[in-house]
Amino acid sequence: MKKFIFFLIATALFTSCKHKTANTEIPSDSIFYLNSDWQNQNGQTLKLSELKGKTLVVVMIYTTCRTACPLLVADMKAIEQKINPDNLDKVSLVLVSIDPETDTPERLKKFANDRKMDAPHWVFLRGNEAATQEFANVLSMKYKKISPVDFSHSNIISIFNPVGKLVVQEEGTGINAAKVAEKVNETVKAN
Amino acid sequence: MQKQLYIAVTLLSIWCSSCKQQEAAPHFVSNAKQDTITSIFTDVKMVKINGGDYKPFYGSNTALVKVAPFLVDERQVTNAEFLAFVKANPQWQRSHIKRLYADTTYLHNWVNDTTLPKDAKPNAPITYVSWFAAKAYANAAEKRLPTLDEWEFVAMADDSVPNARNKKSYSNTILNLYLEKNRQYNEVKQSPPNYWGVYNVFDLVWEWTDDFNSVLASGDSRAGEYGDKNLVCAAGATSATDVMNYAAFMRFGFRSSLKATYTVSNLGFRCAKDIAAKK
Repeated sequence: MKKFIFFLIATALFTSCKHKTANTEIPSDSIFYLNSDWQNQNGQTLKLSELKGKTLVVVMIYTTCRTACPLLVADMKAIEQKINPDNLDKVSLVLVSIDPETDTPERLKKFANDRKMDAPHWVFLRGNEAATQEFANVLSMKYKKISPVDFSHSNIISIFNPVGKLVVQEEGTGINAAKVAEKVNETVKAN
Repeated sequence: MQKQLYIAVTLLSIWCSSCKQQEAAPHFVSNAKQDTITSIFTDVKMVKINGGDYKPFYGSNTALVKVAPFLVDERQVTNAEFLAFVKANPQWQRSHIKRLYADTTYLHNWVNDTTLPKDAKPNAPITYVSWFAAKAYANAAEKRLPTLDEWEFVAMADDSVPNARNKKSYSNTILNLYLEKNRQYNEVKQSPPNYWGVYNVFDLVWEWTDDFNSVLASGDSRAGEYGDKNLVCAAGATSATDVMNYAAFMRFGFRSSLKATYTVSNLGFRCAKDIAAKK
């Protein structure tokens, strides 16, 4: 009888173990294969794969933008408000700069602080030009430098699951934050 | 009883630790491998383009863009060359490529990972390649992809002048070429070069450019004043400056419809290079 119980416990542990392994397998289309180096708002160098394990909400912006980016940032904050608070530690809201030259870590930090985006789930990133271009292409995002201080760019908010697979993209400003947050909650729950 | 308990605890702790190890181990060991490129040798001749001012078809209003002198391959990358590339870099073979870098039709016409399509001419341009794959090839050849401005700068030439845009024959010739079907199966360098000595600018395939994703056209607007301002920030800044150049419009429309993972039956590429600074 006791042996049987041990057997049950061992089996249970084994299956739970397997389950976790399956969930952390990186799919072929994962953004975590990108090998580029990035800097966050605290000046730390990291690879995208270090964001693994959390549901990601990603947008590309630049801090000196006066037109659409403030709307996108507002969208991101609206999404944050609508995410189940219990889920926030399983989520990273990631803002990637399309103007890495201007958007230094110090600048990103100040941008974050000024807008009360200083909680640990906010991640600001800048790469070099090649990494930025590659990442924009992974997001199917269009952008063009139209003057030394301005960019044209498409506005896309993307959700990735904890293994870096694209779940859904919302295009355009004035997106439905509740809908995106709902998708985030679902993604957290499913993983 | 105690012994049994001891065995059980030991067993459980083994399971636990093995479990932990598995979690900590990276599951994408090939990460670095994908990025490590084995160099390849190509003997394609590169042509020097002197550069100059050029008026983009779409761009920042009517401002001229300065194109610096650069080198460009005189023809597109061929089937044979791309085959050599994937042989040297197996991670870019059809069955090994990460879905992140190319859609499912990547090299789909090939017989297998290292055999060209049955009827393909080795000297015909490679097609069914994604932007990521084209970039990787250029990397391996120690070159880069031409920028959109560089490509269009070269494309302004006909066989006698560097800028033939105002000639009626220029646009007509290109449009007639664009109408021909199955041009992509022909070999490179079978038609006359342009003013710069560059072959096959229009007659075989469309070509990837490094910054193809800088074209911010949405949908099909033909008048020049376009752009969904909800989708595109500062879209009003981009509009047509040369509405007569319908061929250029087609290229821009095509580019704006592309995503970097797309692979298309008549889309290839050629490489470019900076001119090394004189010491």
